[in-house]
Amino acid sequence: MNKHVTLSIDGRTILADEGKNLVDVAAENDIFIPSLCYFKNMDQPLGTCRTCTCKVNGRYGPACTEKVREGMVIEVGTEELKDMRKALVEMMFAEGNHICPACEKSGDCDLQHMGYELGISVSRFPHLFTDHKIDWQARRMLLEHNRCIKCMRCVEEVRTDNGKRVFSYQNRGNDTLVGIDYEQEALLSTEQAREAMRICPTGAIIVRGESLGKPFGQRKFDMKSTRTDFIPQRAYAKSSETKEKKRIATTSLAGCFGCHMSMLDIDTELLELVELVEFDKSPINDIKKFSGRCDLGIIEGGCCNDENIETLRAFREHCDILVSVGECAIWGGLPAMRNQLPLGECLEEAYLNCSTNDAETALVPYHKELPKLLNRVYACREVVKIDYNIPGCPPDAQHIWKAVKNLLWGEKFSILYNEFKYD
Amino acid sequence: MVQQGTILHNTGFAEPARTRMLDRLWEIQNRQRFISDTDIRRLAGEFSISAIEVEGVVSFYHFFHRKHAGKFTIYVNDSMTSRISGYDRIIRAFERETGARHGTTDATETFGLYATPCIGLCDQEPAALINFHPFTRLNALRIREIIAALKKGAPVETLCDEPAAPIRYTAGERPGIFFTAFTPGDAVSKLKTNSPDTIIGALKTTKLAGRGGAFYPTWMKWQAAADQPTGNKVVICNADEGEPGTFKDRILLQKVPETVIEGMTACARAIGANFGLIYLRAEYQWLQKPLLELLERYRNKKLLGRDCCGLKDFHFDIRLQIGAGSYVCGEETALIESAEGKRGEPRTKWFFPVQRGYLQLPTVVNNVETFSAAARILQHGVENYQSYGIERSSGTKLISVSGDCRKPGIYEINWGTTLRQLLSLCEAEHPWYIQESGPSGTVLSLDDLDVPIAMFDSMLTQHIRCGGALTIFSKNRDIIEILLNYADFYKKESCGICTPCRAGNFIVERKLERIRDGLATNEDLDELRQWGRLMRMTSRCGLGKTATNSIETALKKFAYYFESHTDPADKRLNMKFDLEGATADYEAYKS
Ligand SMILES: Cc1cc2nc3c(=O)[nH]c(=O)nc-3n(C[C@H](O)[C@H](O)[C@H](O)COP(=O)(O)O)c2cc1C
Ligand code: SF4
Ligand code: SF4
Ligand code: SF4
Repeated sequence: MNKHVTLSIDGRTILADEGKNLVDVAAENDIFIPSLCYFKNMDQPLGTCRTCTCKVNGRYGPACTEKVREGMVIEVGTEELKDMRKALVEMMFAEGNHICPACEKSGDCDLQHMGYELGISVSRFPHLFTDHKIDWQARRMLLEHNRCIKCMRCVEEVRTDNGKRVFSYQNRGNDTLVGIDYEQEALLSTEQAREAMRICPTGAIIVRGESLGKPFGQRKFDMKSTRTDFIPQRAYAKSSETKEKKRIATTSLAGCFGCHMSMLDIDTELLELVELVEFDKSPINDIKKFSGRCDLGIIEGGCCNDENIETLRAFREHCDILVSVGECAIWGGLPAMRNQLPLGECLEEAYLNCSTNDAETALVPYHKELPKLLNRVYACREVVKIDYNIPGCPPDAQHIWKAVKNLLWGEKFSILYNEFKYD
Repeated sequence: MVQQGTILHNTGFAEPARTRMLDRLWEIQNRQRFISDTDIRRLAGEFSISAIEVEGVVSFYHFFHRKHAGKFTIYVNDSMTSRISGYDRIIRAFERETGARHGTTDATETFGLYATPCIGLCDQEPAALINFHPFTRLNALRIREIIAALKKGAPVETLCDEPAAPIRYTAGERPGIFFTAFTPGDAVSKLKTNSPDTIIGALKTTKLAGRGGAFYPTWMKWQAAADQPTGNKVVICNADEGEPGTFKDRILLQKVPETVIEGMTACARAIGANFGLIYLRAEYQWLQKPLLELLERYRNKKLLGRDCCGLKDFHFDIRLQIGAGSYVCGEETALIESAEGKRGEPRTKWFFPVQRGYLQLPTVVNNVETFSAAARILQHGVENYQSYGIERSSGTKLISVSGDCRKPGIYEINWGTTLRQLLSLCEAEHPWYIQESGPSGTVLSLDDLDVPIAMFDSMLTQHIRCGGALTIFSKNRDIIEILLNYADFYKKESCGICTPCRAGNFIVERKLERIRDGLATNEDLDELRQWGRLMRMTSRCGLGKTATNSIETALKKFAYYFESHTDPADKRLNMKFDLEGATADYEAYKS
């Protein structure tokens, strides 16, 4: 029988088997330590993602590489540690190109789930927009490098029957990626290939024909938290206080109007909205110019041309509070897919080299009346100060409406687990 | 029984064939000037691993090429000391003479021209390696002559320089510790009269601490390895010296390599090891031949091998492993991985090398200077060692001085020497920004002139814990350019397996570029500080943990510089955005 040891986690005394992995010990005691690369008891944990960073006897370090010992003092839940772990997950979003609405794994993705659990609405880091490839050459799988977080799970775990690796890191530094061996991949059984896709915590490994989208509600992380220490959010009763009428302005920059459409989804509460809010400049009433000061500005879409910049600056000048709504406004979103390439390449592909163009007359449009394209798509917060961000593609109508009511009238609110989404 | 595919040493120690991966790749690279798909498949077959794994190893090291790198491969140092002594001119001269563009070969694949971080010749910049032979103090004329001679067919080894080993100062009036006379056997002859416990005891008394930069007490490491159950154990000498600005280990290997070998042998005796490995960085390949010859002489003298040093049942031999271009391989566990023929990825702290190191055996990894000092302690005794330095920091320290000073080179200083004294010794006329211990160390300013350089300070005030380099920059140098050079270095040299370092260094570089471009606000500086702290607290190995040290200390010591390079944010928009810059690409289509 294993020897028992006593340790303390956030002041709680805990009894555990000596030498057991700290992440497991915490989980067994309903203490949530986020982790992405760790997934089972391995003798040599991977220790790559660092999202389980906590404090062990006063020193910072990942929980997954700690064996529990007698008298260990562990801190998990301090504000500083929570913020550090959140920052690390934000870093992964900034490093890759994660377009959840277009991702096969969305809803079943550990990375996305970690974003939900940690309440990430925006990455504090600038998106790097590095040009990652999609490797489609393997027989059975696709490797979507835009989504890989280099967790090492596939490198260590996926092997052929004769023990050879199918995946291995390539290059180093910021060029590090996970390479796939086409020859070895072909030797995997369908079941082994599926297993590779399953252990990948993101949508980087996709097995052909196995990734039919599951409808919303049937995916692993759709409806409720998988945390055992999850505290359900409360729904608050409507307040009956009379509310002062407020002015709102909205705009869609480089967006698809999806966020605006989503706002209309608040159904009968639209009636309340019309009572309480007066719209200034907005596509909803087609007012083109600001007529005065506004309490709130809602921005959909990022900035892809100089006109977007002007509009956004005008919003900052006229609005007391500015909110980015949706992934495009928050970090660039779908239009930012072009950020991985130089502008010239995009324009020439679209206007000059495209097969439907007439080579004789083709030209890149340029006219003083046309807005000037920016070298890349910019997130709104790179141009002006943004006060709040509401994630989603589009965000849930209730999420937007609750946030607006809170910002304008201080109404108490809580966002339900299933209202906070990136897709 | 010895398994197939293992290499057996005369001491009875066996290594799996895979440990020769780097050697095999070097053979191919040297012969064919690149590593082809066929080579990769062949090696995969040879080692029974998948091709992608071999490719992973090849692509980890920047001296292995997948495209032809020229019959003559030229590497120019692009670190700060080279940048301030004419790097741009040197690259242009090489481009002109060879016809190869920076980063490629010429059309005939005769010359390949590449940049590489510090090659350990900062005392004689601008310097370059051609087929790993050193060329120092280059200028345009000299480059023209070299390339013309190579074109005419002169062998590289007849043209290259014998790098000088400028030892500028040895502990003042006294002979010093590291560079006194030494004949083979001077240290190991004492093993007969000193038991393993006495050897470790001597290190404990002198408080010798790791000279690779971490200052971990050497005796504790040796003791921990000695305490492991008897069996195969390993001693590794870390001669990877990758920290830009550091070249002290090179000088020791040039001048007194015997002390390093004997320090390793003493360690082997103390912990009961039967195998030794010197991991020499590829940039120092020009030291390979003399070192191999020296090892052979040691074997002939029976100072290495079976029953060596006149001790019955003491078997110990040393193998030389050449790296292949990777800074992180100086980190001890990455070094072990690399020596095992893998990618140089640092291990987790699940096991320490003294428990499970090279080939999962108990392993001691020490720096060149540490072994050299250990040999000197054996040779001259504890008292002699302790008569140098100050209380709690006894002995001397080798410092590689380079940058804006008249006398770059090695200074063997007594611990306790102040920065002011050292700067005056090396005749630095207008020091302004001083980098101690290289990019991973801290930044010093003129406010620190009277701070002593020490491991531990007896008075418990401030001290500079210098790992071995002092790089001096005068007022003519731009701080942001220095920091950007370091950031670029870390971005490329990170092994890439943990998030805060792989992504963090990239992100930090973007932030520094904002400062350079005049787009930063005070908020950006705050974020730099926070993100630096995040990387320090969460990275897996020392590379990520120390990568932002210089940024963090520069922000403190040169606050006025950063203030003058940032503005308070625009109140209206709270942000700076360069619209003209952002539309410049599109303006190219104005007809
Ligand atoms: C990124 C990195 C690079 C390092 N490079 C070197 C090196 O080039 N030489 C060295 O001796 N130690 C280097 N070290 C320190 C080693 O990990 C290790 O601490 C040292 O070799 C132990 O020897 P010592 O106790 O004698 O200093 C490096 C550490 C890190 C984190
Ligand atoms: S679902 Fe996961 S892998 Fe896919 S884009 Fe979103 S975060 Fe990335
Ligand atoms: S492909 Fe998936 S499992 Fe493999 S390293 Fe990337 S994220 Fe991890
Ligand atoms: S800190 Fe950097 S070098 Fe060290 S393990 Fe992490 S990625 Fe690799």
